[in-house]
Amino acid sequence: MGNVVIEQSGKTVEEAISLALEQLDVTEEQVEIEILQESSSKGLLGIKKEKDAIIRVTLHDYSAEIANDFLSELMGKMGMEATINVEDSDEKLLVDIKTNKSGVIIGRHGETLDAIQFITSIVVNRNNPVYKKVIIDTEGYRVKREETLVVLANRLAKKAIDSKKSVSLEPMNPYERRIIHSTLQQNDKIETYSVGEEPHRKVVIKSIG
Amino acid sequence: MGDMMKELLEVIAKSLVDHPEQVSVNQKDNDGVIILELSVAEEDMGKVIGKHGRIAKAIRTVIKAYAIKENIKAVVEIVQ
Repeated sequence: MGNVVIEQSGKTVEEAISLALEQLDVTEEQVEIEILQESSSKGLLGIKKEKDAIIRVTLHDYSAEIANDFLSELMGKMGMEATINVEDSDEKLLVDIKTNKSGVIIGRHGETLDAIQFITSIVVNRNNPVYKKVIIDTEGYRVKREETLVVLANRLAKKAIDSKKSVSLEPMNPYERRIIHSTLQQNDKIETYSVGEEPHRKVVIKSIG
Repeated sequence: MGDMMKELLEVIAKSLVDHPEQVSVNQKDNDGVIILELSVAEEDMGKVIGKHGRIAKAIRTVIKAYAIKENIKAVVEIVQ
């Protein structure tokens, strides 16, 4: 998944390799190189006939394995039995962690799950050829949290409209604030905006008209 | 349980830095609170702290989750 493959020609194999590595911005250890055609500068009977070298360079995307290895080790060191499943699409990794103590890795309002997701994302993308968004869930927590936020947004929007006042929500991370904003985007009786600095930034629902 | 926590911090730190062999964690007990002193290569400091301390905060959150599970008190300090 997500391997990067290029073909490169050069006057010699060495030149083709160095051009390809430069283009991919990687070192030789990170890639697999196949020689498709050797260069030659002398043809038969001494007739000068130049032929370029052509190589194929493959930069492997190991993001799913990296995520799996890292999270397995992390769960192990946390003393938790866990099964990790990584679904790899070209642009993101969807990770599901099955464990009997999911509360430990979710934390308050998903704080621990977000921290594990953030660290895993850095570990995965440190050396990977393409950027992968990493989403980690356990016990369908993210889906349930999203449903909770949609209900909350609609309830507080009603409160703002009824009272003709602004209603502030509790501080949320950017992902959760976006859910609130998008839930209420179509409601023309209110407007939403965020105030404050991270990590205390929160959404305000304001009654208009 | 402190030893497992030390190893947990080492695993996280080693996965983030360019020089994992220079990662070390020194564990101290201060009146029932376990203090984990994390030290990394100087050029790796940013890798464990992050922009606005975001990585350090995430590391502390994971360690805290483990500490709560084991019913212990722990603090992570990043030392030079």
